[in-house]
Amino acid sequence: MHSFGYRANALLTFAVTILALICAMASLSDNFNSPSPSSQIQILNINWFQKQPHGNDEISLTMNITADLQSLFTWNTKQVFVFVAAEYETLKNSLNQVSLWDAIIPTKEHAKFWVQTANKYRFVDQGSNLRGKEFNLTLHWHVMPKTGKMFVDKLVMSGFRLPEEYR
Amino acid sequence: MGWIGDTVDSIKSIQIRQLLTQAVSLGMIVTSALIIWKALMCITGSESPVVVVLSGSMEPGFKRGDILFLHMSKDPIRAGEIVVFNVDGREIPIVHRVIKVHERQDTGEVEVLTKGDNNYGDDRLLYAQGQLWLQRHHIMGRAVGFLPYVGWVTIIMTEKPIIKYILIGALGLLVITSKD
Repeated sequence: MHSFGYRANALLTFAVTILALICAMASLSDNFNSPSPSSQIQILNINWFQKQPHGNDEISLTMNITADLQSLFTWNTKQVFVFVAAEYETLKNSLNQVSLWDAIIPTKEHAKFWVQTANKYRFVDQGSNLRGKEFNLTLHWHVMPKTGKMFVDKLVMSGFRLPEEYR
Repeated sequence: MGWIGDTVDSIKSIQIRQLLTQAVSLGMIVTSALIIWKALMCITGSESPVVVVLSGSMEPGFKRGDILFLHMSKDPIRAGEIVVFNVDGREIPIVHRVIKVHERQDTGEVEVLTKGDNNYGDDRLLYAQGQLWLQRHHIMGRAVGFLPYVGWVTIIMTEKPIIKYILIGALGLLVITSKD
């Protein structure tokens, strides 16, 4: 009853249970954080707008992205994954979401940033519906914790419009 | 002469009863583990509610050896979600993030493109020959939570099966040799 084996077993079980409990509490503490992030996106320039050989429209643009995501970080945050997606509707598709740029923010200090960049991923439509298209640019963030539940949210910025003609 | 036979008989019967009790309790442990697993499958709506991260394609967010908790709901798949999917012909599920979504007006069906955070290009190279998009039926679940390092046990047991046999052998020995 008091052999080494039994004691080791009891100790291990207890340690694992307590560890699991601590991880759960760490994750629950994230719920007390009420974040207030802000962001602005400007389209500086439409670099080119063409119809590809397969018949799909493609566009390249340069954006100015500013954001302050410092309030998302808690002591249980490992990193925040942030990306900008263009969202629009077409006759064939009720929703299209195309990710244009993403970044990993490792610490709170990096969370207030200004970036000027061309789109990292190709903005290609399924078809040729992009002329004169109105679209939203949405900043999504994904808070990845050191342990536990992940939080996702977004900020929608509307009012962008693509040019009427190819160029 | 008679009492030797009686003693031997009683010893034999005790051992058999003990052995049977131990076998039953072992069976109960295995069965309750299975029940918990199946219940998790029901609750999360996913075929495998817990997966182990096997590659470094989602670093630094998910490292090799982390485990992910999955959940599959009827909600439509949207950009930014981390999904676990199976490619036809590959048996190992892949955990990557959705970067493009195209949802049809009429059927509501969705075509999705994924990419690992740490990869340079998107996953078209990983899909089956000629496949450009993933559909909903490829996707096993969305990652909703995670625990670091716990998955190393599974990785070690899969890559060095000797350790699996040693562990099961040791457990079996412990059950048989314990008095109660």
